[in-house]
Amino acid sequence: MPHASLISVHSQDDRLTVAGRGAWTSEYADELEQAVDNTAHTYAHPKGVEIDLSAVERMDTFGALLFERLKRSWKGTGVEPQVKGLAPRYKVLIEEMGRMGQEQPPPARRHEAILERFGHETVNVAADAAALLNFVGASVAAMGRVLLRPRSFRFTAMVNQLDRVGLRAVPIIILITFLIGCILAQQGIFNFRRFGADIYVVDMVGVLVLRELGVLIVAIMIAGRSGSAYTAELGSMRMREEVDALRVMGFDPVEVLVVPRLLALIIALPLLTFIGSMSSLLGAGLVSWGYGGITPDVFLDRLKGAIDMDQFNVGMIKAPFMAATIGIVACLEGLRVGGSAESLGAHTTASVVKAIFLVIVMDGVFAMFFAAIDM
Amino acid sequence: MDARTSTTAEATNHREAIISVHDIVVGFGDRVILNHLDLDVYRGEILGFVGTSGGGKSVLTRTILGLVPKQSGTVEVFGQNLDDLSERERSALERRWGVLFQQGALFSSLTVKQNIQFPLRENLHLSQRLLDEIAYTKIEMVGLKYDVAEKLPSELSGGMIKRAALARSLALDPEILFLDEPTSGLDPIGAGEFDELIRTLQQTLGLTVFMVTHDLDSLHTVCDRIAALADGKVIAQGTIEDMMAQQHPWLRAYFHGTRARAVQSGRR
Ligand SMILES: Nc1ncnc2c1ncn2[C@@H]1O[C@H](COP(=O)(O)OP(=O)(O)O)[C@@H](O)[C@H]1O
Ligand SMILES: [Mg+2]
Repeated sequence: MPHASLISVHSQDDRLTVAGRGAWTSEYADELEQAVDNTAHTYAHPKGVEIDLSAVERMDTFGALLFERLKRSWKGTGVEPQVKGLAPRYKVLIEEMGRMGQEQPPPARRHEAILERFGHETVNVAADAAALLNFVGASVAAMGRVLLRPRSFRFTAMVNQLDRVGLRAVPIIILITFLIGCILAQQGIFNFRRFGADIYVVDMVGVLVLRELGVLIVAIMIAGRSGSAYTAELGSMRMREEVDALRVMGFDPVEVLVVPRLLALIIALPLLTFIGSMSSLLGAGLVSWGYGGITPDVFLDRLKGAIDMDQFNVGMIKAPFMAATIGIVACLEGLRVGGSAESLGAHTTASVVKAIFLVIVMDGVFAMFFAAIDM
Repeated sequence: MDARTSTTAEATNHREAIISVHDIVVGFGDRVILNHLDLDVYRGEILGFVGTSGGGKSVLTRTILGLVPKQSGTVEVFGQNLDDLSERERSALERRWGVLFQQGALFSSLTVKQNIQFPLRENLHLSQRLLDEIAYTKIEMVGLKYDVAEKLPSELSGGMIKRAALARSLALDPEILFLDEPTSGLDPIGAGEFDELIRTLQQTLGLTVFMVTHDLDSLHTVCDRIAALADGKVIAQGTIEDMMAQQHPWLRAYFHGTRARAVQSGRR
């Protein structure tokens, strides 16, 4: 392909003869653009111009557009180029191009600068908090309506959710909490041994797992696993106007979509916490036995002395509250998804981050509360 | 090969098949959707493809495009058997066709301008200025205002999405354009304008158009030839007059039903 010379110029007494050649198509558009700009720049003020296109074999929008650019650059200086040799089949295209480009392009979409974004996000925190409160209200109201009319409750939907967020989460929860129990026991024994206090590892693991870690680990896992799923599901329903469809059919999306999910989480999380705590203790017991030489009967004996029902209750009481927090944040973020895939991603991330943050804050508040009532 | 052989008359004389589907069988599970189907699309024509809803029109389109696996048969585009192409040859060929999906399929996180420039950026090395000029040209060609350029797809109406998606499918100046029900979901005036637009673009750019449609108006106004699908086969093809003369019950119902008569009388 002769793309080295898509345009050749012959100049005589300030009269230009511009000859096009070869393929004026998208593949050669970058070279053609350079040639066009060079020509227009080098011969900025001719007296007359003739453009001969008879040797142009092919032309598409790209070629036609650049041809128009060349013509306009001379028209701008008051010279009307004469065009000849244009193949009839490209006539419509060239004429079309001649009519185009009269409008002003709109200003580019603004991207926020860092400080500006920081400002917006700060303001958004307040709006977020208000939206969250609002949504808590809407969820409680919807649950209240369900209580008043139990028959309107979507039992099947809830059982389905329970299966997904509860039953199917069991293996991974068991695995992770087991490993954490092992690590805790190993670290406890390793460090307490220096003071000859190996046996206290049982007290430490018992209290830590039942009061704090069991529920916290499980809540964080569920926020990542089920919270993100809730947000993505509701978000894609929003994108495809399914939520609007529910609304115009006279259903309350909160009642139909949110309440079953929320209740499923509130039921599942305490159960998972229990399973997780037991699995942790099992891991700790095994490591104490194998690594610390504490036999299972000694371990159990010691555990009975170290913990009482209060320790267990503290962990379990927190679970449903954390579940509600995760569920509400996840559903709210899902229902706030806008039209784009990017927005779906952003809200899913936000859902997980906010849920984990709130779970930890909540754990702190509970710690103060239980300390105050001596539990 | 010359990409831009012009007018329809000329092309029909040559009868050069630009897409040639032969003996295609496609099914899902044990349901056969396309049953030994044959179809030719000739260079420079606008072929209207009709058939019952759920009859497999989209499936045929997607089979030609290689999005649905076929059980047997061959698809030739530009005289090349799609199964024989290497990865590179195939992507070169894919740049020569444009597709307008039923829902537009614009990338939701990119603006209209970025959507149009996407295939350009991937395939060509162009200056930013030329990229912008091309994007605005395509926007203008499909009859949109420049200010949609900076809008996201979620900020557009249904008709605007169709046009913007058309602009994207035209970005690389394809030789073949596939349209899947381009006018469904548009109001009759919008649909009429869209038909007009397809016709103008076809003439300006020398396109070959494969159009799946339900719109009797489109069939009357823009299609050079019509092919009808029923029971997994092309049961008839030809001009609108040929179709009206057909005796197949579905074709009779389709072209002589109440809606067809309304279109007819409106035309007189
Ligand atoms: N991916 C798929 N899996 C299973 N069945 C499909 C798939 N795509 C389409 N079908 C079926 O093939 C048939 C034809 O569909 P389609 O080509 O979309 O119809 P239309 O002619 O209205 O465009 C329909 O019955 C549809 O259910
Ligand atoms: Mg379809």
